[in-house]
Amino acid sequence: MSANLSALFYLISGILFILALRGLSSPETSRQGNYFGIAGMLIAIIVTFLSVGNFGIGLIYVLIFLVIGGSIGAFIAFRIPMTAMPELVAGFHSLVGLAAVFVAISAFLKPEAFNLGTIGNIKLASLIEMSLGAAIGAITFSGSIIAFLKLRGIMSGSPITFKGQHFINLFLGLSIIALIYYLCISQSSNIFWSIVLISFLVGVLLIIPIGGADMPVVISMLNSYSGWAAAGIGFTLENTALIITGALVGSSGAILSYIMCKGMNRSFFNVILGGWGANEQTSALQNKEQKPVKNGNADDAAFLMKNASSVIIVPGYGMAVAQAQHALREMVDALKKNGVKVSYAIHPVAGRMPGHMNVLLAEANVPYDEVFELEEINNDFANCDVAYVIGANDVTNPVAKSDPQSPIYGMPVLDVEKSKSVLFVKRSLSPGYAGIDNDLFYRDNTLMLFADAKKMTEEIVKSL
Amino acid sequence: MEIDPFIFRLSIFILSIFVGYYVVWSVTPSLHTPLMSVTNAISSVIIVGAIIASLAGSSKDVFEVSNIFGFLAIILAAVNIFGGFLVTQRMLQMYKKKK
Repeated sequence: MSANLSALFYLISGILFILALRGLSSPETSRQGNYFGIAGMLIAIIVTFLSVGNFGIGLIYVLIFLVIGGSIGAFIAFRIPMTAMPELVAGFHSLVGLAAVFVAISAFLKPEAFNLGTIGNIKLASLIEMSLGAAIGAITFSGSIIAFLKLRGIMSGSPITFKGQHFINLFLGLSIIALIYYLCISQSSNIFWSIVLISFLVGVLLIIPIGGADMPVVISMLNSYSGWAAAGIGFTLENTALIITGALVGSSGAILSYIMCKGMNRSFFNVILGGWGANEQTSALQNKEQKPVKNGNADDAAFLMKNASSVIIVPGYGMAVAQAQHALREMVDALKKNGVKVSYAIHPVAGRMPGHMNVLLAEANVPYDEVFELEEINNDFANCDVAYVIGANDVTNPVAKSDPQSPIYGMPVLDVEKSKSVLFVKRSLSPGYAGIDNDLFYRDNTLMLFADAKKMTEEIVKSL
Repeated sequence: MEIDPFIFRLSIFILSIFVGYYVVWSVTPSLHTPLMSVTNAISSVIIVGAIIASLAGSSKDVFEVSNIFGFLAIILAAVNIFGGFLVTQRMLQMYKKKK
């Protein structure tokens, strides 16, 4: 296949990828969008086979490895529980990163296969592009592995910080740039390997200081990195499909990071530098004991909600941990039978990744038109009888609006306290990830339901 | 004076960032998780590089180091392509209007 013709096909697959993302603007068009994405991928792969035009023994191996990887991927995709999506996405990002590193290594070892010159005499632009692709890919890989371990609970979610951390990161970052410069002069393979190794280290160091609650930002950021790595390789291979995709994914991840940071009222750098909430925690814990809370049980909750005319449900990460989404749906069904109007309010950073709560509710067959974002629903709390907070905490804390001393001051929160009564399902009075006490617990209109989110919801269903 | 082809690729890249910017802002927040899994799947189009790397050279070169890195990259990218698109599909199936 001629280079011009294949370039046109790569352009088509790039356009199909754009349409795949475009489809996600509404749930109705989203499935069609996904098919566009699959079609784009198929075209890119077939065109690559045809343009390489080498149908020897290598092709058989390629197909075998494709099938092996594909079966593993398909197996994971069908088996993974929806609550584990954040880990899965982090894991997948690491694979893209590592694949980018491997492709860059192959290109460095055998530049003639990619039309980049010969060993020791690789074109300058290609060297810069492939080393950038390899470096970003390596950072994506090791960073995503750390994110995966933290999300999976294999590694503690608390930030790991040490003295001079940021200085070391800065130093390593600068040394990568310096090494790329020397690579361009010397074409030495040792320098190339050093770039890859240092980048792996940077990925680890970059993610360990970031705490569990900031994972939505981390995942989005790594998503963005995987895009830039792909774009770097795309420039090396002079492949439009990869360049377009890299740019799409890179900007997508960047926008998601921005939305997540805005949801916490924090700057991107503040999140990256990490270590939030470790200091303020103690002072908040001390004055807690004196304040009285109202304690209720499932029957009280059922009574309140049954006699309400409208209920807003505020789910959070605790719901995902307790796998309470199905029980919640049953409760809502029972309430609807009693003529209660129910809707769901989702905070942008509820859960461990963007849109996490929406997926869990969709899994429990909650129709998506009952689920609302913060801006859409926040004014409705004032007219609502009961707010049922299940597994959320910091995102409902009124302190964010009233106390300029608080670390979460200025963060957009759900105005839960404005509803006539608040039911707060929680295992104990312990503070949330931000490490601050929730003022909501001590309000007159708040009834605390101390229990596991799933058990409590099931009991409420029974007494309804 | 002739324009370097790199400039054309750079133009495509920058325009695509803008396309991405507007397209992603129009994605409904409730589909942000599928957005992440599908972007993950499409970024595995990096498999084209892996295929070129694996098929480089004649048949006797199949197990040269650079080809082996190509094969490894194929496995990784294939996990992502199939895993990414299928899990996205699985999620999107759940976003249906009831009744």
